[in-house]
Amino acid sequence: MTNNDNYKGYRGEALATLKRFKAMVWSDVEIKTSTGTFIGIVLPRSENADPLHVVIKVRSGYNIGILSEKITDIKITGRKEANYKIPEKEFPYSPGKPMVKLFGTGGTIASRLDYRTGAVIPAFSPGELYGSVPELADICNLETEKLYGVFSENMGPEQWRGAAEAIGKEIEKGVAGIVIGHGTDTMHHTAAALSFMVQDSPVPIVMVGSQRSSDRPSSDAALNLMHSVKSAAESDIAEVTVCMFGGTSDVYGLLHRGTRVRKMHSSYRSTFRTIGDIPVAMVDRDKITPIRQDYKRRRDDKNVTINTAFEEMVGIVYYYPNMRPDMIDSMIDNGYKGIVIAGTGLGHVNKPLYPALKRAQEAGVAVYMTVQTLWGYVQMYVYDTGRDMMDIGVIPMANMLPEVAYVKLGWAMGQTHDLEEVKKIMHTPISGEITEREPSNGYLIMQGGVPEVEEFISKYRK
Amino acid sequence: MSSEIKQIGVDRPLPEDVDYLNFRFKPFKEMTDEDYAFIGFRSGLEIHQQLLTKKKLFCRCPAGQYSSEFDAEILRHMRPTLSELGEYDGTALMEFKTHKEILYHINRDTVCTYEMDDTPPFELNEEALDNALEIGLLYKCSLVDEIHIARKQYLDGSIPTGFQRTTIVGLNGSIPFKDRIVDIVQLGLEEDSCREFSDIDHRRVYLTDRLGIPLIETVTAPQMITPDEVAEVGEILRKLTRSTGKVRTGLGAGRQDVNVSVHGGTRIEIKGVPRLPSIPRLTYNEAMRQFNLLRLRAELNARGVTPETFSSQTEDVTRIVSKTKYQPIHDAVKAGKMVRCVKLSGFKGLLNWQTQTDTYFSREISDRVRVIACLTTLPNIVHSDSMTDTLTTAKWKEVRKAMNAEENDAVVLVWGDSRDTETGAKEIIIRAQEATVGIPSETRQALSDGTNGFERILPGADRMYPDTDLPPKRITDDRISTCSSELPEYFWKRQDWYRDLGVLEDCIDSLSISRFADLFKKLVEEDQINPKFLGVVFVQFMKRLRKNNVPLEDLTVEMVEKILLAHKTEKIAREGLLDMLALIACKGDVLEENLPKIPSEEEVETVVTASATEAVKLTPDVDGSRHRLAMRLAMASLKGRYSGNKLATRVAAALRGLN
Repeated sequence: MTNNDNYKGYRGEALATLKRFKAMVWSDVEIKTSTGTFIGIVLPRSENADPLHVVIKVRSGYNIGILSEKITDIKITGRKEANYKIPEKEFPYSPGKPMVKLFGTGGTIASRLDYRTGAVIPAFSPGELYGSVPELADICNLETEKLYGVFSENMGPEQWRGAAEAIGKEIEKGVAGIVIGHGTDTMHHTAAALSFMVQDSPVPIVMVGSQRSSDRPSSDAALNLMHSVKSAAESDIAEVTVCMFGGTSDVYGLLHRGTRVRKMHSSYRSTFRTIGDIPVAMVDRDKITPIRQDYKRRRDDKNVTINTAFEEMVGIVYYYPNMRPDMIDSMIDNGYKGIVIAGTGLGHVNKPLYPALKRAQEAGVAVYMTVQTLWGYVQMYVYDTGRDMMDIGVIPMANMLPEVAYVKLGWAMGQTHDLEEVKKIMHTPISGEITEREPSNGYLIMQGGVPEVEEFISKYRK
Repeated sequence: MSSEIKQIGVDRPLPEDVDYLNFRFKPFKEMTDEDYAFIGFRSGLEIHQQLLTKKKLFCRCPAGQYSSEFDAEILRHMRPTLSELGEYDGTALMEFKTHKEILYHINRDTVCTYEMDDTPPFELNEEALDNALEIGLLYKCSLVDEIHIARKQYLDGSIPTGFQRTTIVGLNGSIPFKDRIVDIVQLGLEEDSCREFSDIDHRRVYLTDRLGIPLIETVTAPQMITPDEVAEVGEILRKLTRSTGKVRTGLGAGRQDVNVSVHGGTRIEIKGVPRLPSIPRLTYNEAMRQFNLLRLRAELNARGVTPETFSSQTEDVTRIVSKTKYQPIHDAVKAGKMVRCVKLSGFKGLLNWQTQTDTYFSREISDRVRVIACLTTLPNIVHSDSMTDTLTTAKWKEVRKAMNAEENDAVVLVWGDSRDTETGAKEIIIRAQEATVGIPSETRQALSDGTNGFERILPGADRMYPDTDLPPKRITDDRISTCSSELPEYFWKRQDWYRDLGVLEDCIDSLSISRFADLFKKLVEEDQINPKFLGVVFVQFMKRLRKNNVPLEDLTVEMVEKILLAHKTEKIAREGLLDMLALIACKGDVLEENLPKIPSEEEVETVVTASATEAVKLTPDVDGSRHRLAMRLAMASLKGRYSGNKLATRVAAALRGLN
């Protein structure tokens, strides 16, 4: 153990106090202070906590912090180091069952917590997963591979490319379906990227995460994992989908098309919603129920198109009143090749931005308009401002979600920098990112307080 | 030994030098302190007391609003996590497979997305923390310099997250008790859980209104040595927390867990004791249960039934009992359910082994089957030792024959759906085998008849882990000195003083923990108001007002002070005080216009004369009837504005003048 580990996380006065009394992390101690005596085990301290307190776990299991300047003596009575291992049980192989490949990118869909430090130890090998979600063995044979170990917000083009290529290889090997464990914050970005980078997959590609980590008894992780693995193994929906809770109750999950899905609540279990359309299917532990029919069907060949080219110099600008043209100018000056604007209403920005947009056109920067209302289409003919903008090269992007437009523009510009070609690619739907029509049930944000909505809520589980 | 056997407690050794197991447990009322000393009775308390805060502990929902009405419900399952159990043993997994659906009734006025476990916690309620720190100071605890929020896991669904957010604010306190002290091991601050609404078959329903209300948990050392002492210490702790005026009162605002052990027994926790007076009988019964289970083990061992030789067998006997007239089984078979039989070798007669008052070993088994196999309709088992009419003798014979049961074996029947009876049969075997080992570590539930029943397997020791959602919080010295300045005087010291002052004995107890105690002190010491009178106002008047449904919670200490000072300056007559207090409680403030008009001397004189004259006219003077009538007439217009004693004297004088 290095010296650093002996005092893990301690700084300043607390560190000096521990050293003075020759106590270390995991020492079993009796600490005398000016206000009393405390008995417990010295724990590592969180790196961003203050340098004033020593943390111990007392015998009842609680942690407490003791102000180091009050400490008059530390008697060391022993040492108890935490040593945690996730129990592994061999994932049973059943000859008749489909083979599913589970890729990990760093989300903690299955994990256990180190009690003493609070650190999350991810569980990922088939044996570990079987140890925590044994029900998976009733569904399929499972193989896992850790692609990355990054937080959701750190996923980007490099990881998208890597994942797409890994998926391609697995399809060639003939797996029945693919599941990708992913942090939820940017799951819809990755879902969009994979929708473009992996085309005409013969098998389901299902992304999954959890909104409550699996170290909690109420976690959604196990059920999401079961739903997603079932969908990958058994469904005939050969598309990139996101599989997460449909409501907050442990009842069913939804399969959302990768280009129409968005995280819509910072913490709810049912945070993922299909925007401007309806999801592809409902899934529970017993069955998968498609709720639309226009999805790509599973095939038994092993053909797939992997196209991972991506231009990273594209960006999103979220318009707000009083935005100054320098926001656009700076992107042009910094060499951006493409800009997606999330405009107000039907797709608008203020007049002072026009010269900057004109400059973008002249500099050969592709500019696409989406709506920050998320629901609905860009419509730039209705008002003069819209027509003016189209004159200076801003291209309306129908009902493509802003994040999806960003991903698609990067991908399209990875293919070519010929702006006419890019435009053609942008306007040709690949995986439902633009739809021709918005069904009337594609926009449903029920408003609480309205009697009929209240009636619905009291009648059906949330 | 089966790996599925529950953890067996081995806390305390059996005494070696005395014939311990031949001790005869007496009825509750006949047990003496010496008897409890002989069996080594030890008990400790965990008292949960809700704090009086406006809002909940980790969200900003209102605290203390109860309603069984709901506008939505959500469904969850609780899943054992690796962190709780280390790994899934057979029992845990089995429990999970026969899992309960947990339904939460949600009322949006009292519950937000935090309690639903769909939003992370907000910062700890500062008001609650101050209240807890104050009580920690009263206990003379060493207060924690930096509090860390922990998660304590509960798999029963009583908290939708599956864990309770909890922290300790103080350690190593004490309170005086008799001629000794009782140690306070720790003082915790935590969120309250749901109220259980129903638990039938595989579905448990919870009300969520109570969820998240701040409460303190006071843990005493197991230093009480008789059942009465446990209740007495509970009473002291109740009064001590009450005396701060910062805890909730009323039904369910305070609940206690009691732990009990005897020589050779283990520390068993009885959960959810609603009332302190029920503690003596409960702890008596638990002591008896542990003692009788030790005797049962000795009996089994004497019969040659040990953990190693224990043997059992399970068969489907649906066909054999299908024609029985015994209603529960008859109905089950008719509904297409299954009946399983478990043979327990060498157990003959032991299902009727007494464990608690009017309670037998068969209930230990029935409880397990109810809770773990979810066979909740009672009776859920019948057995061959049963004294009541179940199967006919001939039918039992047939069953025994099918099971190859020998003379010394007992057989138990359990019915229900196939999977539940499988679980049930296994539980019967597990519980029976545990009897050969000792007393299983479980938490038990207080029942209204003074006995207790199985609640759940004791959660693993490692069920505490840090809450990663909230940072540690420093408790500064400044904060502690502010809290110190708010501390009430110890109620036992107040009581001594009240006695010296001559406060009526039946007012002393209530007054010493009343929120008016500080005002009492001020009015006595600074305003020289009669203490005996104040005791009556603060205790008896308040009782009467509560009885008349006056909203006392709206009557602030300041309002009462104003009224009593008005009384002192004779602006309100003593006779008018009660009405005045009621009026102010309802109206909300002491306004000049609310104060009664003090009558002028002329007005009093006019009323007295008129009343006396009228009385003389209306009634002959028999045994003071004229005086009574004249008083009634005079009071009608002067009530509450003029002293009744003075009035009586003046009316008497006026009557004399008219004669």
